[in-house]
Amino acid sequence: MDMQANDEDLAELAAAGNAGAFRCLLERHYDRVYRLAFRLTGLREDAEDLAQDICASLPKRLQSYRREAKFTTWLYRVVLNAARDMHRRKASANRATDGYEELANLERDGREEDDDQTAWLYETLDRIGGDLRETAILVLAEERTHAEAAEILSVKESTISWRMSKLKDKLKSIAKADA
Amino acid sequence: MTDELEKLKAAFRQERASDPDPEARHAAIHAAMLQFEELEQEKNVAADQGSAAEDRLKTRASEISARILRRFSMTMTRSRLSYILAGGVSLAALVLVVNLNSQNLPGLPPQHGDREQAAPAGGGLLSLNSAKPEAPAPVVEEQSSPEVSYDVAAEPAPAPASGAIAPMAAAPSMAAKRMADGRTRTMAQTRAPQSVGGLVPYSNLAGTDDSTPGYQDQGRDRFSNVPDNPVKRVADDPVSTFSADVDTASYAFVRGSLNRGVLPPKDAVRIEEMVNYFDYDYPVPADRSQPFKADVSIMPTPWNAETRLMRIGIKGYEIERAEAPKANLVFLIDTSGSMNAPDKLPLLRQAFRMLVSNLRPDDVVSIVTYAGSAGTVLEPTKVSETGKIFAALDNLSAGGSTAGGEGIRQAYQLAGEHIDKTGINRVILATDGDFNVGISDPEQLKDFVERKRETGVTLSVLGFGRGNYNDLLMQELAQNGNGNASYIDTLSEARKVLVDEASSTLFPIAKDVKFQVEFNPAEVSEYRLIGYETRTLQREDFNNDKVDAGDIGAGHTVTALYEFRPSSATGALIEPLRYQTEAKSDTGDKTVTGYKTGEIAFLKIRYKLPDEDVSKLITTPIGADAVKAEISEASNDTRFAAAVAGFGEILKGGKYTGSYSLDDVLALAASARGNDPYNYRGSFLELVRLAKSAGAMEPLKK
Repeated sequence: MDMQANDEDLAELAAAGNAGAFRCLLERHYDRVYRLAFRLTGLREDAEDLAQDICASLPKRLQSYRREAKFTTWLYRVVLNAARDMHRRKASANRATDGYEELANLERDGREEDDDQTAWLYETLDRIGGDLRETAILVLAEERTHAEAAEILSVKESTISWRMSKLKDKLKSIAKADA
Repeated sequence: MTDELEKLKAAFRQERASDPDPEARHAAIHAAMLQFEELEQEKNVAADQGSAAEDRLKTRASEISARILRRFSMTMTRSRLSYILAGGVSLAALVLVVNLNSQNLPGLPPQHGDREQAAPAGGGLLSLNSAKPEAPAPVVEEQSSPEVSYDVAAEPAPAPASGAIAPMAAAPSMAAKRMADGRTRTMAQTRAPQSVGGLVPYSNLAGTDDSTPGYQDQGRDRFSNVPDNPVKRVADDPVSTFSADVDTASYAFVRGSLNRGVLPPKDAVRIEEMVNYFDYDYPVPADRSQPFKADVSIMPTPWNAETRLMRIGIKGYEIERAEAPKANLVFLIDTSGSMNAPDKLPLLRQAFRMLVSNLRPDDVVSIVTYAGSAGTVLEPTKVSETGKIFAALDNLSAGGSTAGGEGIRQAYQLAGEHIDKTGINRVILATDGDFNVGISDPEQLKDFVERKRETGVTLSVLGFGRGNYNDLLMQELAQNGNGNASYIDTLSEARKVLVDEASSTLFPIAKDVKFQVEFNPAEVSEYRLIGYETRTLQREDFNNDKVDAGDIGAGHTVTALYEFRPSSATGALIEPLRYQTEAKSDTGDKTVTGYKTGEIAFLKIRYKLPDEDVSKLITTPIGADAVKAEISEASNDTRFAAAVAGFGEILKGGKYTGSYSLDDVLALAASARGNDPYNYRGSFLELVRLAKSAGAMEPLKK
């Protein structure tokens, strides 16, 4: 792979109609998109659908990509928004019958390959929920700096720091409850 | 960081559950590439300002139905929980497809308001799509009514519905083609039975191939495998003879490959066609008695300090559109099933539309299609009846196998009926592949084309698509038919070939153009002709007027490059022979005495005027005055041609280019852009950058 072409150049080329540049971007970033989608949804099928839909929407979305943000920052934002939409949709679709979380838990119980720690991880993430979960994933899993996470989530950097300390408290209380 | 946060972070790090599945990855990238192509098609349609509003409406409608159909097939490949609305949705989608396609049925007047009328019938679905035709894949979009928009559009059909639709859509089409086999029918007749079933075949939609789960050729492109021109020793073989080549198909094919991130097969790279893809500003003769004159420049070879690069260029004079001879064109269009792809039939339709828009009112156009059976779709029609021609183009649909031979016969027959001895009579063949029915023997086909050439009808070949592209046969057909072969991969390429260069593509100003270069052994020790492998001629063929060679159209430029080693330079690739005396060669005495010192080579060009059978000769001695000591002193054209040649050599494996890299090509080409109004040279730079990241093989499609 060509290490000299940066993402931002490729994004511009792709927006101008260069299929090779677009494919290059996809190859480079699919794993990132999928991983984030998986961590946000906790379900392989949902993450795969989400990642595919995001990829398929990229040609149109790239038309409005501007260099103001790094491509990865922009992409994280796209994934986060898509995941939020999906969550909202599923929640409202299932409200009539079961709570979404319950359904998700049922589906998850069917998984066999997860080891204990992974199971603990996703259980914990589900219990954290919402803003804190997104922030935790960006900072701890994607290892973004607080400044980058702030840019991705369109909040102040101080908000991220505050959320992280709140996350710590929450983890403590979860640990206490389990014990 | 505290223990709690560290523990969570560690859990993320060791967790493997979020590793992507390669299949899903592949599917996602494939889906994204389809969307990308679709968007580019839409952009092209939008850019086509000349098309009337009703056409836009139609295109839009078929795009929307295409999108829905694609989702049928996408849904089929994925197993997932389908949430709500499943039954009702498939019904709505079916209604939509039928409604939209009733526009395309023959015999019905165009229904401009169709989409609006259909809105209530299609329920929420259609109105949603009409209101937001540009909406990207809906999942990631904010919608006011999320349940309907998301689930309807992204999951329109449960498995049973999609399973039922695909075969139904395909079946009537195949049946109709089979019925029609062996008989000549017009398009309307052939199409009539298809619509009886109520469901219009999927293949009638423009630009929808990607969604068919069916047939997709891959890796069946065929190229002739011709070894590179070898280095020759002047003492043994001082004369080099070749035919002019103004084809550009190779460049466009290479570009198509690289745009998909794949290096082209080496045999697909014909360096002379890549060099000749670009326009060069060579001097034109002052009067028309001579169609062109030779322009020669020599500079150090960019990839080898010891050798020199000799660039020979000719440019034919331009014909203004007003004085161009009358054109009698027959479009011979391949409508076999494999043409049903966005980069084939829909692109072809737009390309011909552009060409027709640029002809004069009293030029004559006819259309013959071939697929299973050959048929005349449009009897010879004056260009002034634009609407009739466009309607015939729009009605083309793809399906069936390929009977190229029969189609060619009919096309030539039509061209013959309306032959205009003072004008241009040309069959323009547009196809993606080979001719497997009819005259199936390629040799027989070539003979046929060659014999027809003598009656005054010539052949141009436009290649479309890839996967099953038969470069070899198309080249040979075009060469034997006195025409040219071009590969059309984008609408802008179509514009370049059919509009910007229409005069050169259509109006030959010289035929059987041959080059012969004799090198002076006192100045040159070895030489190598770059490219033209498929165009080399025997030395004695040069003066034989019966031997066919390439044609040059108005405004065409032809560029040939030789890499040669001056006698003074060391490091010759070929050692002198031990048992031969140095001066021995078949030009004998001439090499020993007879030559003028200081003269590097002697260039001879033979050509015939379009309506003459006896060739004329242009001779040009190449002396020291053509030599530039530094690359930077050479003209933009020379340096750019050298950069393109270097690029081609690298793509072919870099046998002669040593450590010369794509970055060097970039630097040289970037310094030589000159006046580039159509940005052809600019896009070359882009292509070289793409080559840096291209992979060697195309990933197999699922």
